[in-house]
Amino acid sequence: MLEFMLRRLFAALFTLVAASLVVFAVLEVLPGDPALVMLGMEAQPDTLAALRKELGLDQPLWVRYFAWIGDMATFDLGRSHAYKTDVATMLLNRLDVTLPLAVLAVSFAVCLGLPLGIMAAANHGKAGDYGVMMFSQAGIAVPNFWIGLLLVLVLSLGLRWFPAGGFPGWDKDFWGSLHALVLPVIALGLPEAAILARIARSAMLDTMREDYVRTARAKGVPERGVLFGHVLRNALIPIITIVGLFFAFQVGGAIIIESVFYLPGLGQLIYQSINNRDLVVIKDVVILLTVMVLAINLAIDMVYALIDPRPKIKA
Amino acid sequence: MKRWIGILLVAAVAVVIAVYYVTRPEKAMETPQTAQTTAPAPAAAPAATPTPPAKPAKDSVVIGLSLEPPVLDSSLNAAAAIREITYQNIYESLTRIDRNGNIVPGLAESWTVSPDGKEYVFKLRTGVKYHDGEDFDASDVKFSIERLIAPDSKVPAKNLYRSIDTVEVVDPATVKITMKNPDAFILFNLGIADAALVDPKSSPTNGTNPIGTGPFKFVERKEGESITLTKADTYRNPDAIKLKNVTFKFVKDPSAQINALLAGDVDTFPGFQAPELVGRLKADDRFAVVVGSTQGETILATNNGEGKPMAKLEVRQAIAHAINRDELIAAESGFALPIGTHFSPADPAYVDLTGTYPFNLDKAKELMKAAGYENGFEATLKLPPVGYAKRAGEVMVSQLGKIGIKLSIVQLEWPQWLSEVFKERNYDFTIVAHTEANDIDRYARDGYYWNYVSEEFRNVYKEMVATVDPAKRTELLKQLQTIIAKDAVNGYLFQLAKIGVWNKNLVGMWENSPTPSIDLSEVYWK
Repeated sequence: MLEFMLRRLFAALFTLVAASLVVFAVLEVLPGDPALVMLGMEAQPDTLAALRKELGLDQPLWVRYFAWIGDMATFDLGRSHAYKTDVATMLLNRLDVTLPLAVLAVSFAVCLGLPLGIMAAANHGKAGDYGVMMFSQAGIAVPNFWIGLLLVLVLSLGLRWFPAGGFPGWDKDFWGSLHALVLPVIALGLPEAAILARIARSAMLDTMREDYVRTARAKGVPERGVLFGHVLRNALIPIITIVGLFFAFQVGGAIIIESVFYLPGLGQLIYQSINNRDLVVIKDVVILLTVMVLAINLAIDMVYALIDPRPKIKA
Repeated sequence: MKRWIGILLVAAVAVVIAVYYVTRPEKAMETPQTAQTTAPAPAAAPAATPTPPAKPAKDSVVIGLSLEPPVLDSSLNAAAAIREITYQNIYESLTRIDRNGNIVPGLAESWTVSPDGKEYVFKLRTGVKYHDGEDFDASDVKFSIERLIAPDSKVPAKNLYRSIDTVEVVDPATVKITMKNPDAFILFNLGIADAALVDPKSSPTNGTNPIGTGPFKFVERKEGESITLTKADTYRNPDAIKLKNVTFKFVKDPSAQINALLAGDVDTFPGFQAPELVGRLKADDRFAVVVGSTQGETILATNNGEGKPMAKLEVRQAIAHAINRDELIAAESGFALPIGTHFSPADPAYVDLTGTYPFNLDKAKELMKAAGYENGFEATLKLPPVGYAKRAGEVMVSQLGKIGIKLSIVQLEWPQWLSEVFKERNYDFTIVAHTEANDIDRYARDGYYWNYVSEEFRNVYKEMVATVDPAKRTELLKQLQTIIAKDAVNGYLFQLAKIGVWNKNLVGMWENSPTPSIDLSEVYWK
């Protein structure tokens, strides 16, 4: 287990270095000059040159790369060119919205999708199965921002149960903040629940055909014992994989939902920094996302090991 | 087994309901809380039209903006949102541009101009204090203006102030500005957001913690969400200011903007940018939709450079004849005014030149033939990521297609547009609104992205800038407009409208936009 973990850690470190090189190179190739964006259409050769010098953009590539990596290694994320504030503070503020949103949406998807998938598998070929499959089909087909717009139309503009968007901030108004996240969580979680129901159903059905399930039934294990003790436990691996993917996707990818509900999340920050060519912020966000995705993957691997002892033996 | 599935289903539903009920009761708590800051209560309940029982006059307002300013100091960044939020609210300048574009006293009470237009003496208001309690005086004016003109200045608007030679403190309440050459626009330019007067002590941190002399002081910023201001107790005339709390909220997506207004989360969008959605707001009697003028001349900017077909006057004239402004304005849902030159129709010196090359396809084709492009040519149309450019871009493809100019649209991000089109001049056509006031001077500049060079224009421009007599200057401004219209330098399409949407009870918002500003000093609830 220790060797397995160490190997994973080294792989993670390698991925990080690779990611840092890629993001740095891409930002260099990307057309657009941060100083020019700051000066806009009044930019003059003299002001442009002075600003580029102040931002350190006149330094050679490798100097800038190592300066950035050096700062990162000492946990100094630097200062945003455009905002003139610490990137660390900016990221923490955005994570205040993004992390709860991702956790709640994935939990919502699991709480709704998993039971539906189990029910469909248990009632394979019956009405319940068809019902779940129809829900799942619709949920996969409908984009989440459209669900979001619909929810706003009915639940906030029509019934006035929820705000149409915005985020008051946890320290200012805790319940209000939670309240503001309900609709985005549903809009993000519903299509994921649909996907999850489908995956859970097919994983369960696959497992039900296994010999040990037949053996369990033959030796008289009650049906609910078969379903949860044998089938579900073995079907969990693909389910957990997909839940991990959802989470990783949502940390950086909720940008459209953030825009529909005007939430100050990480997605909006990425969009804005790319538009401002705020190089330090983009680079740091990409590294942060890489770290989070790596952490999620590591966590999933550990969960695999918990529910299924086999990988341990291989390691 | 069936029972188990039933239980699971109930559990799933229970979780959903639980999430809902955990959050639901807070609605009742939340409304009165936010009522103080956002005060949407009367607007949010159309059913309950009778006004709520005796309530003190509402003194807070939530203003929606589509773009968030990066910093709150216009000397650091060119973003219009900085100017909209800070100008007249947080910072003030020597002169002041009022809602109709007139130059009126700002922190200078009065001024005199020498007959040769080279010396300006400003008499400052006394007893003016910054939000942090520091006193304002002539040395701050010297500091703020020298910051603009310094040789190593990185201020976006530096170019507007190049005619200034020196700034001298005569006494704490008097400042003398000496010009290198007379500049007809200097009093205007000293009154805009870029010439904000700041204290040398607080200026280094103004980007994140702005301190000025204006009626509102900065309270807090929640990045990506909002900026809050409150009435400044240091302001010289506190009784004139009716609002107490001001929140600027950032909502980028146009349909989310509509939702925010309808839900009462936002009281106004002073610059609403989706004309196609305005119908929904007009139908709602809680809102006023006010169409005003801007300084935004929207042009089919044309690369006049050597080697391009558009270097030939006939080709540019053909393009001018092929432009049908009615269609373009229809694409803006009617919220735009036709222009025939690079000048705002709201300006007193404006000449209507839309008839210089009237819409006439036969004439256009003839001119193309005369220029040797009977079979037309292919060109790119590089568009910045703004709604009007996308809409007008489609129309231009079809209109110029009729005279054989086959345009292919290249959609660019803003930073790309600035580098490729504006700086490197690597383009054929683009569509953009030039939103600065008095920006006809661009036609006299070397190396501006249109590659237009006209000795005639430059000579008249030089004369106009040096002219002190207003009547004579207006005459010369008219000549300048005519020269570029005749030369068909760019395709002159339309003047962007400022579509202001606000709650009907909100009084005093600017209808026009002579300079980027959401001036709240005269705003109140009725």
